[in-house]
Amino acid sequence: MLSRVAESVYWMSRYIERAENTARFIDVNLQLSLDRVVDGPSQWRPMVSTTGDDELFEKLHEESTQRNVIQFLTFDRDNPNSIYSCLRWARENARSVREVISQEMWLLINRFYLMLNQARIEDALDHPHEFFGDIRQAGQHFTGVTDSSMSHGEGWNFSKLGRYLERADKTSRILDVKYYLLLPSVNDVGTTFDDIQWAALLRSASAFEMYRRKCGLLSPIKVVEYLLLDQEFPRAVLFCLSRANEALHDISGTQRGTFRNTAEKRLGQLEAELAFTHAREVIDRGLHEFVDDLQTRLNGIGQAISETFFAQRPYAEYAAMRRTGVPT
Amino acid sequence: MTKLQAPSLVQTAPDDRTVVDGYDLGGFFDEMYDDEGQPRPGCEKLHRRFRELPPQELNRRQRAADRSLLHLGITFNVYGEAEGTERIFPVDLVPRIINGREWDVLEAGLKQRITALNLFIDDVYHEGKILKDKVIPEDLVLGARAYRKQVAGFNPPKGIWCHITGTDLVRGGDGLMYVLEDNLRCPSGVSYVLQNRQIMKQTLPQVFGATPIRPVDDYCSRLLATLTHLMHGRLGQPRVALLTPGVYNSAYFEHSFLAQQMGVELVEGRDLVVADDCVYMRTTRGFERIDVLYRRIDDDFIDPKAFRADSLLGVPGLMDVYKQGNIALANAPGTGIADDKVIYAYVPKIVKYYLDEEPIIPNVPTYVCWDAKERDHVLGNLDKLVVKAANESGGYGMLIGPHSTAAQREQFAKLIRANPRNYIAQPTLSLSRVPVLVGDRLEGRHVDLRPFILYGEDIFVLPGGLTRVALRKGSLVVNSSQGGGSKDTWVLATHPDQTQVQTPASQAQTQS
Repeated sequence: MLSRVAESVYWMSRYIERAENTARFIDVNLQLSLDRVVDGPSQWRPMVSTTGDDELFEKLHEESTQRNVIQFLTFDRDNPNSIYSCLRWARENARSVREVISQEMWLLINRFYLMLNQARIEDALDHPHEFFGDIRQAGQHFTGVTDSSMSHGEGWNFSKLGRYLERADKTSRILDVKYYLLLPSVNDVGTTFDDIQWAALLRSASAFEMYRRKCGLLSPIKVVEYLLLDQEFPRAVLFCLSRANEALHDISGTQRGTFRNTAEKRLGQLEAELAFTHAREVIDRGLHEFVDDLQTRLNGIGQAISETFFAQRPYAEYAAMRRTGVPT
Repeated sequence: MTKLQAPSLVQTAPDDRTVVDGYDLGGFFDEMYDDEGQPRPGCEKLHRRFRELPPQELNRRQRAADRSLLHLGITFNVYGEAEGTERIFPVDLVPRIINGREWDVLEAGLKQRITALNLFIDDVYHEGKILKDKVIPEDLVLGARAYRKQVAGFNPPKGIWCHITGTDLVRGGDGLMYVLEDNLRCPSGVSYVLQNRQIMKQTLPQVFGATPIRPVDDYCSRLLATLTHLMHGRLGQPRVALLTPGVYNSAYFEHSFLAQQMGVELVEGRDLVVADDCVYMRTTRGFERIDVLYRRIDDDFIDPKAFRADSLLGVPGLMDVYKQGNIALANAPGTGIADDKVIYAYVPKIVKYYLDEEPIIPNVPTYVCWDAKERDHVLGNLDKLVVKAANESGGYGMLIGPHSTAAQREQFAKLIRANPRNYIAQPTLSLSRVPVLVGDRLEGRHVDLRPFILYGEDIFVLPGGLTRVALRKGSLVVNSSQGGGSKDTWVLATHPDQTQVQTPASQAQTQS
């Protein structure tokens, strides 16, 4: 397919996934503030920090109040990562590839955008659970419709690649929002105790029930293991990397376990490394440091994908590669 | 007493007012009702249905249609309004109905006109016989802004220049149809025809099912067949793509819709490269060759090496590949010469010259300011005439005499004297009207009609076309930016088999 089209499909999925995850972020924090576990600016500021947009936030808002943070993460048109902006860009990308996505996908993405375009901050503050729940649901709806209405060919694989890379990044960030919870109890990370905060964290990743069945009582180390290293839970980082890798290999036709381009090499290395890591090592090294490193490497994979598939390479280079038989 | 009752879908109380009551013809030719106010032949079922449905129910259906357009994203941006403000190009739910026998005549007339115009274009880029015979002044053609010396002497694939045409027709106060304008460059609007039909099937299914309407749904397969025909026989499987200026173009929705319905790639200039005398598109697996390009970019912007050097939308070197015969372009560059508004005035002569036939559909009487005698007449009657610039479209560069101020007329008089070649004038037409739903009643509004014609192995005219309607009361301007909307256009079948979609036998297109 056209490089430009592949790039748009990839970003369309990433933006939808990003919007959905930001809604999850906000939802978990709201739950906690309702439970009065923590409240006030100290509760909301870390949310901005994990998106990496501190500087922009300070430019646009004075205080880290709940209202300001929700405004910033959900509605601010000047914040390129706000839910509104994500949906706007997802829709612009979808608009430019309408001929390769299904009509149902377009209708859904368009309605999703219109829903945010018409919403006001009061809607989010008055009925937060419903409001962010709707966003979460619309994101999942889109994923489902993509899987059931678009041919599972190259375009779909680019969409899958974008979705899982974004989700891996965001799950790690959700975990990172609460990394400071580990600090006071770093010595007894192995002990089990039910804690409202950890339950809320799991719920924001739709992981609570699945975790319960598999791991039982809540313990920080098990939560870290579950969200980072589980091979079966669809929002766990390792699961996401594995699916992204699958998509990448289906696109290029390269056999699994081998590589033919930088993107496949980097993603394969990261997946393997996580597959052979124990949660205790992550804690010992420091969860925040681990997540930081993970995000840098995910960015590197994104760059390699862009260079391999989307970059505007000159024809002469391509013709030379075909002559010499070096794979593209 | 009935006011408080819930609207019933079945019937209303006999004393209840219906939308058709008190409909005012306003002294205009009405497409749905005759001079006595009786529904015209073929419009009876629609009339009856509008009497049955309570106004509230019709309004509900109108709103559902609007919503469905918004959700489909069939919108355009309004310049000068805040980001996120998008408007739909509204579809009114009263269809425009065309009698089958009348349509058969129009269809024959459009085929005749396109055949003659194609011969004309081919002639002026070759021997110029029509110019030597002094049927049309040579200066008018060779000096036209749309004349492309770059294609002089060129033979396009299969001898076809104008593959896709949209011809604007209007009905005057005398009830006759006239050609108002030919569009042979990149005519748009066909996607609205297809979408409007879908929406009307959902909105008025009972009337639709009870009326024998000629289908339009096969347009995209016919378009694909028209395009693949151009390279048929030379290559195994011609690869077709649609070239768009991009997502910010006002017709972008149509470009993506047509590409999707034909199953071809939608490409932008930056996706294409010229190398080894061929045109390639950039894909995730390298470069792939294209054989036929349905381009929706004007000649001027298609190749910065051949035409405007500042164009960022085109493909450098495209014209070289075209002239080597390694790619087909639809429409062919150079067709604009045939929709120059001054040349338009000569089309009846063109038809007679090449086909030795009288034109089946007449032109609107036109004064050519290039001619001294006609110019004097125009300058003396500016308050009664519509003046148009030869190379403008979309309602720009126009003076509508009866609605103009003295200052505007003075300005146009200056423009005409300075550049007479560039202006024509026509009498102000009393355009026919069709009812539209306004609140709880029907009101008449002016319409035109743009049928679409495909020139491939043979000539195909899509039954009906786009009916544009000036939704503002009294307005003659049907453009979307100025309060225009559209209507589904129903051409009634004269034989039962005309309601079946006939898929043309075409070589299938495959995509890798």
